[in-house]
Amino acid sequence: MHIPDGYLSPATCAVGYAMAAPFWTVALGRVKRLLQTRLVPLLAAVSAFSFVVMMFNLPIPGGTTAHAVGMGVAAIVLGPWAAILAISIALAIQALFFGDGGITAYGVNCVNMAIIGSLVAYAVYQAIAGRAPIASARRIVAGAVAGYAAINVAAFAAGCEFGIQPLLFHDAAGAPLYAPYPLSVAVPAMMLAHLTLAGAAEAIITAGIIAYLQRANPSLLQTTAMAANDQESERERIAAAGGWRGTRPLWIGLGVLMVACPLGLLAAGIAWGEWGTDDLQNPEVRQQIAQASGNIAPPEHIPAGMERLSTIWTAPMPDYAPPFMHDANFGYIMSAVIGAGLILLAFLGLSWLFGRAPRSRERSA
Amino acid sequence: MSEPSSIGRRRRQGGAFLDRLAGGLVRVIDHALDADDLARRDGLLQRLDPRVKLAGLLGLIVVAVFVKSLAVLAGLFLVSVALALPSHVTLSRLVKQIWLKVLAFAILIALPAVFLVPGTVIARLPVLLWPVTLQGVRRASFLIGRAETAATYALLLILCTPWPHVLKALRIFRAPIVLVVILGMTYRYIFVLLESASRMFESRRSRMVGPLSPRDRRRVATATAGVLLDKALRLSTDVQLAMFARGYRGEVRLIDDFRTTPIDWLALAGFAAIASAALWLQA
Repeated sequence: MHIPDGYLSPATCAVGYAMAAPFWTVALGRVKRLLQTRLVPLLAAVSAFSFVVMMFNLPIPGGTTAHAVGMGVAAIVLGPWAAILAISIALAIQALFFGDGGITAYGVNCVNMAIIGSLVAYAVYQAIAGRAPIASARRIVAGAVAGYAAINVAAFAAGCEFGIQPLLFHDAAGAPLYAPYPLSVAVPAMMLAHLTLAGAAEAIITAGIIAYLQRANPSLLQTTAMAANDQESERERIAAAGGWRGTRPLWIGLGVLMVACPLGLLAAGIAWGEWGTDDLQNPEVRQQIAQASGNIAPPEHIPAGMERLSTIWTAPMPDYAPPFMHDANFGYIMSAVIGAGLILLAFLGLSWLFGRAPRSRERSA
Repeated sequence: MSEPSSIGRRRRQGGAFLDRLAGGLVRVIDHALDADDLARRDGLLQRLDPRVKLAGLLGLIVVAVFVKSLAVLAGLFLVSVALALPSHVTLSRLVKQIWLKVLAFAILIALPAVFLVPGTVIARLPVLLWPVTLQGVRRASFLIGRAETAATYALLLILCTPWPHVLKALRIFRAPIVLVVILGMTYRYIFVLLESASRMFESRRSRMVGPLSPRDRRRVATATAGVLLDKALRLSTDVQLAMFARGYRGEVRLIDDFRTTPIDWLALAGFAAIASAALWLQA
């Protein structure tokens, strides 16, 4: 998954650096505030650990071996922000000193492995582990799934980066200038190896280290478990505060967004893939569709299935413009208010429905 | 880490596994020591200011990724070899250390393009009769050429510059001082941890008189990784206390002792000339 130099266009590499830069800045700021004088030695030690773990060749069920990246372990022990920095540093040393991964592709490699990998690993681990005790087997399963998911999402991102090269960067004859395979080849090729060997290696190393730490040094698993509990307590505090006070910022944000809805009218053209049967018959819209689809004109006649299905449901407020409103801006705001109101009603209905069950059980107890 | 010894029939399996793990770690240490030794020898690139080398060689890597002409790419590749030889980086070292490794990976991706990219058929594969297209060969050559050239320049930078100097030179790109210091410390800790891991595998092997099942091998590897993580965190606490005792209060300072000479400026002009010529020729 370490993309070398020469496989991605300079533009893709520049985008990789641009995407990674804000994450590095935020991560450095957060970790610095949190760790202060511990920042330098701790990050250096964990980066060195990530580097060394990347060299472990693990036996995989089935008789073969594979390397792990260790992104799951770093995210679970240190949290996602410190993990982003630690893995980025390990990747820098791999690229600069050992030629594993390119220098121009370093930004993209960091986006895939350090940023996407750490965030996915952390999110999956927290979602599965929840508030389970530190010694719980659920945490081992959570670690394995987190490592597996993280490396596969990172590999999918790498596959997409390879796959967009021939689409975006080709010569006048259409021959690709960089990685030559389209998404239909690059993504399955990357995923095949990662869904099987590399994914298994990452799951084994993450689960194995968590199991070891549960026995030998459970305090190392406390940091992120406490963070999850803090978030849970925050949610409980908001729920306990109830009503307007606890969720006031969210309501204010919702109001601002509703008023800002007419900004959508400024957008020119039509969203790709959201064409109606009327649009396919309108010559101007047909031209827009062709321009947005790589100069491939839409079919002359409306596809039979599309025509048949389009009449099944007629929206009461088509195109966010209630028929009784003459002003488009006001119609947009009204649509937002009605839409948000319907969603709130639906959730109130659901919470009433699900809230009744425990209460009725409590009463019967 | 207390682990029971294993007794059984297929002794070689478990031993070979631990040998491979420990051998891989030792090879990294050897590679680093070898690179450090070469970086301190008297050669063309070794004599240059690290900042000039870093800017010049990174610039050539970017140009190698940019060029769209095979002839220019070949020229840049020859320049990399021309810089390597007077810097005591032999062809055999380049072949073993970088060209074969890059080729092995690049060929996996590039080879199918020879048959898959549509275009003028110049030959057919015997027996299978798959068409080899001119455009496919050009694409594969570009991919391999770019990867080999960029990797050769990257290797030259590392083999001809001591690692601490590479890090300090990163400051010319406005890399934050704290990042430079973390990179430097990471590099040192890598060897501490590599040595620890290597010793752990060695001690495990010396206590083992039988084979390890695949499950046991996984357990040994993951338990070693767990111990390493524990050691790494303990090490960071020890080093933090040591830094504190020496007056560290969160402010990082770096001694900048690089001095440029007229030869460095000449070399910088040379790198710029090569890069400009490559871009001009391909245009």
